[in-house]
Amino acid sequence: MARTVIEARNLSKHYNGIVAVDRLNLDIREGEVYGILGPNGSGKTTTILMLLGLTEPTSGSVRVLGWDPTRYPLRVKANVGYIPDQVGFYGDLTAWENLMYTAKLNGIPRQEARKRIAQALERVGLSDVAHRPVRTFSRGMRQRLGVADVLIKDPKIIIMDEPTQGLDPESARQFLDFILELKKEGRTVLLASHLLHQVQAVCDRVGLYYRGKKALEGTVEELARRVLGFAYRILVQVRKDARRLIEPLQRLQGVQRVEIKDDQTLIVHCERDMRPEVAQAVIQQGAQLLRLDMEMPSLDDVYTRYFQEVRHGRGAGG
Amino acid sequence: MAEAQVVERPVVREKEGSPWTGLWAVVAKEMADHLTSFRMYILEFLIAITAVGTVSAASSAIRSVAGAQPKFLFLKLFTVAQEPFPSFVDFLGFLVPLIAIAMAFDAVNSEFTQHTLARILSQPIYRDALLMGKFLAGLLTQFLIYGAIWLLVFGLGIFWLGVPPTAEEVGRALWLLVATVFYGGVWMAVALFFSVRFRQPATAALASIAVWLFFTVFWPMIASGLAAMIAPIRIGLPEEILAQARWLLALRRIAPGWLYTEILVALLRPEVRTLSIVLPFQLEGAILGQPLPLSQSVLLIWPHLTGLIAATLILFALTYISFQRQEVRA
Repeated sequence: MARTVIEARNLSKHYNGIVAVDRLNLDIREGEVYGILGPNGSGKTTTILMLLGLTEPTSGSVRVLGWDPTRYPLRVKANVGYIPDQVGFYGDLTAWENLMYTAKLNGIPRQEARKRIAQALERVGLSDVAHRPVRTFSRGMRQRLGVADVLIKDPKIIIMDEPTQGLDPESARQFLDFILELKKEGRTVLLASHLLHQVQAVCDRVGLYYRGKKALEGTVEELARRVLGFAYRILVQVRKDARRLIEPLQRLQGVQRVEIKDDQTLIVHCERDMRPEVAQAVIQQGAQLLRLDMEMPSLDDVYTRYFQEVRHGRGAGG
Repeated sequence: MAEAQVVERPVVREKEGSPWTGLWAVVAKEMADHLTSFRMYILEFLIAITAVGTVSAASSAIRSVAGAQPKFLFLKLFTVAQEPFPSFVDFLGFLVPLIAIAMAFDAVNSEFTQHTLARILSQPIYRDALLMGKFLAGLLTQFLIYGAIWLLVFGLGIFWLGVPPTAEEVGRALWLLVATVFYGGVWMAVALFFSVRFRQPATAALASIAVWLFFTVFWPMIASGLAAMIAPIRIGLPEEILAQARWLLALRRIAPGWLYTEILVALLRPEVRTLSIVLPFQLEGAILGQPLPLSQSVLLIWPHLTGLIAATLILFALTYISFQRQEVRA
């Protein structure tokens, strides 16, 4: 198993009597993409700032790559790249100059810095605007420049706070591709967001935050199983008379229940991916199969359901 | 104290690395910003034409009486005024605070409004380096600007007066340069403080200018009022008049502008022997009108200069504490 690169134990932060983060435990493993999810004000940004040593925890401890960020902030910050929400650059400086400043603050020698800047800009597709002032950049370009900015220090861990907020769908998709690329390079990515389908698309594990506490944690499937009570939904569409398929499908090993939508459509709830078995059963019954589809459990459903339950005082976990 | 408590005392949480890591990167960036910003172009242009204008007026005035006053011609370039224009140092008295405030009023809050602060502080530097770098860059920029202006004045002086400056004059001008930079330093520290306290650059600029106006316009009036209250003249005894005058002077010296003016007087007019109140009997045996050597003039302004530097440092320390306590989140 991969080693733990970010570890928080009983981490708390109080701002003027308000508890922003409450006895949080967090273990993030090397090379994974971890999503911190939660409504606004649930302590996501505060947690991130404590991991970086930019805010002192009220109590509890943090280890990032084995170092305590409050005591070894420079070492931690040299190895962790941070893209804040609404990442900002100096508008009057060009993209290249902004990155050069970052390189200098990281103590990277000039020659090496030039090389890394050229590579980073190339990678995010900003090479041809490298010498334009950043104030002329669009939101999407700035966000990509943010990625280039963290790549300058070649970090082991990259932390992003709401990276796709305010991006158009195309830029957002591009950004998610960057995240997957970074993961391929063996970097650990910590992502805070409330854009669920995006988190679902890239994250290996997800932590659901609520009022400064981590309410749930796991893969999207695990969360779905815990909150929604099922993991896989297979949609079956036949030419006619779907009702007669209910009973044979229900007999299959692993099917939890079968729901009928209309005369043509069934939804099979099962505990694993049973598409082949379901297809076979349908054919065996002599029905004309038009469509067979598996709905992945959506984080949106998990999230909505979870917070509905919390609001009604029946919250799981937290 | 119980033994157990001593043992359980938490380990001193010393941080690794120097707080100055990255300082020079910040200084270089901030200086480049100052020296290329449009705002500074305007002010530099303003101070340059002021220098040329006043020095040309002064040199024509000096040339007309050159025979009578052969000493310290170059210092007179700074001080001689020809109606209706004030002298160069009069201009400096208000241009220096203006430049200093213009350089610092948005130093920190613009990092918030541009959303750059979190990104910069997530680089391997301490906050100390950022604030210190900004301040140092401001001081160095002032050195550069005023140094250039001083050279301009001396160059024009050589050109128009036709004589080279003496070592003594150069020495006095250099001391004046140091005093000018720290006079600017006080106002820069004020503006920097407001730039940490107020999120809106406009608010910080207005607050800085308000403080400056208070000390230049209102403080002299308030000082006279206070002096009259503290040491009232009841019967009109000389002691009473003297006490009030001493109080007035002491109160006025709280204003950095007043200190700077006294420094100007002592440095640029070598015949000035004291900046305090002198009674006739104290002048017995003095050869009036004889210039003091540079070392004596410097001795005269030493308290003023240390006062300006101390004020700069205290204001900077306040700014520093305030910045250290601030949360990174906007």
